[in-house]
Amino acid sequence: MANKSVSKTAGTKKSFVDRMGGQQFIVLIIVIVMFIFFSAMSPGFRKYTTVVSILDYSYYIALMAIGVTFPLLTGGVDLSIGTGLICYSLIGGLLVRQHGMPVAVGMIVTILIGVIFGIINGCLVALMDLPPFLATLCTCMITRGFGAFVVGGYGIPWPAAGQDGGWFRSIFKIQVGGQNIPIGFLWILLLVAIMSFVLNHTKMGRYTRAIGSNKEATRLSGVNVKFYHIMAYVICGLFAGLAAIAYSAIFATVQPGSGAGFEMDAIGGAIVGGVSMSGAVGNVTGTLIGVFVICLLKTGLPFIGLTANWQQIITGFVLIVAVLIDIFKRKKESGK
Amino acid sequence: MGEVILTMKGIDKSFPGVHALDHVDLEVRKGEVHALMGENGAGKSTLMKVLTGIYKKDSGTITYEGKEVEFHNTREAQDAGVVIVHQELNMLGHLTVAQNIFIGREFKKGIRIDDKKMNEEARKLFDRMHIDIDPKETMSKLTVGKQQMCEIAKAISHEAKVIIFDEPSAALTEAEIEELFKIIRDLRDQGLGIVYISHRMDEIKVITDRVTVMRDGAYVGTLITKDCTKDDIINMMVGRVIYEDPKTKNMTPKGSPVVLKVDHLNAGKMVQDVSFELHKGEVLGFSGLMGAGRTETMRALFGADPIESGDIYINGKKVTIKSPQDAVKHGIGYLSEDRKRFGIVVQKSVAENTTMADLDEFSNGPFINKKKEKKVAEKFVESLATKTPSVDQLVVNLSGGNQQKVVIAKWLTRNCDILIFDEPTRGIDVGAKNEIYKLMNRLAAEGKAIIMVSSEMTEILRMSDRIVVMCEGKKTGELDISEATQENIMNMATREIN
Repeated sequence: MANKSVSKTAGTKKSFVDRMGGQQFIVLIIVIVMFIFFSAMSPGFRKYTTVVSILDYSYYIALMAIGVTFPLLTGGVDLSIGTGLICYSLIGGLLVRQHGMPVAVGMIVTILIGVIFGIINGCLVALMDLPPFLATLCTCMITRGFGAFVVGGYGIPWPAAGQDGGWFRSIFKIQVGGQNIPIGFLWILLLVAIMSFVLNHTKMGRYTRAIGSNKEATRLSGVNVKFYHIMAYVICGLFAGLAAIAYSAIFATVQPGSGAGFEMDAIGGAIVGGVSMSGAVGNVTGTLIGVFVICLLKTGLPFIGLTANWQQIITGFVLIVAVLIDIFKRKKESGK
Repeated sequence: MGEVILTMKGIDKSFPGVHALDHVDLEVRKGEVHALMGENGAGKSTLMKVLTGIYKKDSGTITYEGKEVEFHNTREAQDAGVVIVHQELNMLGHLTVAQNIFIGREFKKGIRIDDKKMNEEARKLFDRMHIDIDPKETMSKLTVGKQQMCEIAKAISHEAKVIIFDEPSAALTEAEIEELFKIIRDLRDQGLGIVYISHRMDEIKVITDRVTVMRDGAYVGTLITKDCTKDDIINMMVGRVIYEDPKTKNMTPKGSPVVLKVDHLNAGKMVQDVSFELHKGEVLGFSGLMGAGRTETMRALFGADPIESGDIYINGKKVTIKSPQDAVKHGIGYLSEDRKRFGIVVQKSVAENTTMADLDEFSNGPFINKKKEKKVAEKFVESLATKTPSVDQLVVNLSGGNQQKVVIAKWLTRNCDILIFDEPTRGIDVGAKNEIYKLMNRLAAEGKAIIMVSSEMTEILRMSDRIVVMCEGKKTGELDISEATQENIMNMATREIN
């Protein structure tokens, strides 16, 4: 019948870019172009140590971004991950520093608190029907105050490399013959692979997207929507906890009161990488590539003489463009 | 018809302030298509929601396959084989066809979802229905008709024994309805019990074996379809005789001036080289299948979508319409097919909606003259016979027909002389439909020029003085009502033009 030919031609009509993953592919090219551009413009940029420091800088943003992809796919958002990250790290670090607990315990506690705040966010959104923006803005404020309150306003230095318990810093970076090897990147790739599988091949992922596509229809299909909706935020909290570990391992001291704005780098990365703010569309590989656009802007622009203020302005414009592309795509789809 | 599979007896249900179901009976047999009819608010959907466990009944019994049952949620009903195909398509546009059909009960290999098997099973379902849809296609890329088929496939995949169709044809083209009916007959012949809810009288005669009619939450009666006439059913539904005869000749006064002329209008793929004229006091019907470009033409004309080329003349003067503001300035009012999205602000009052398009007229500087607003709104409530307790009532609490009247009042307040009615009676029940028709005729007689886009053939034939037919973005014909028949309109609506 007529339909068969239509669907078949639709299948073969995919462009080269689409077959390579669409927006992801374009963004990957942009990352490469940006890298070449900064390398060409600045001799300081094209050094191994710069690459290592870009990667160092990317870990916690990437982890937050992988996590926040899940709430974004449900059509929501989690604004609490930035201040949350600092809060979880402060509490974990405090246990290690002041209460003499092993670093491993501190790490586990850090991640657990992340999960707990994920559950809180999930319940606020899925059970009590708070708008995600509002719910997580509140937990953003709560985590910010709570972290500072627990440590009494002082920065917490997690054990440095070489110190007792400093081993955890080598999760992300090991030294071989005086050179830093950024093995953290491998962990990120592994986690992206795992979460990509979760998103595309498990019920959890399928329902995350389904909620973002049409929540009521998903509910009427007999899916336990509340549970999976909460789980999206739990995953986000878990990854915020992991991001807290990455942050603690890369930076010498964790300062209370900081962290606001981190979430924007992560959410921005996800959106640049093709995750739609209206839900259902996007995946974690795209998110990771998008994160590198943000990281390259942050680390690359100073090398060509632009100040921090400029970074923010330019990052803002990049986000506007990314969101416009998303809107344009949706208009095209609905207006076909 | 086979043995009885489902009996609902004395079903009673009250909500605070409303006796929604008053001891309603329904009996469905294997191998029959049973129509459930009634005006909007008659309680059809409530009854089905009680059946499938969405609502809990206050009293009464449900007997299914010989046993008394009470389902507590849709899942339980589904598992037992009672499945509902909803009026609003419950589709996840971003997932594939197969993923949609099996959502909530995916096949798994370990923790991994087995998409391959789901695609195969979906294919088998489509084979059983004798239709051809690619299970791997993304749902949003299918036409509404195909999406409906997927909903049915989903219902069948639950091993359904009773399938409830809740206004399945509302958004389908004639051809798609044909296909739907074929599938329904197939299912009936396989011994399933089908409950068919619809407003469309013609369909009831064609597809159903028995009809149960409800009115105001109460059971009115059950008839054998082939032994009764349309009017019998309508009388049972509304308790009064209402149908008026369709127009047989053009009622526009001779020599009536052209108020709107559209010349070679182009706007995207859906509007290609469309030209027509509209006279004062005329109802110009726009007929065609779903996706023929009628709504798109109206949106372009109203400035809601950009015009690529072509001219628009109003009262002989060429005008530029780049936005709805321009259109309204030139006296064009547009009543959208999707009232809730474009026509009214449901959370505002009747009065606020009435003055929405002409607020400047009701303002002193930045302040709105509420008194004047109320007076004008009350005037229209009276002249249009809008049923509302007061003009302060929120529009969300009005019925579809009365909401439509509020939209009409809005454009009349603005003194629009050209009114575009896009599917004016969609989702409006039979009694209220008639009132809208009368109102449109009255407006035309008062000298308003009316364009009516409609997918309902009976409506087109009944209301139009002249008919423009479109197909795939092009105008394929124009008829005077005296020469129009269902057949020649259909021919034009499906004509391939080069």
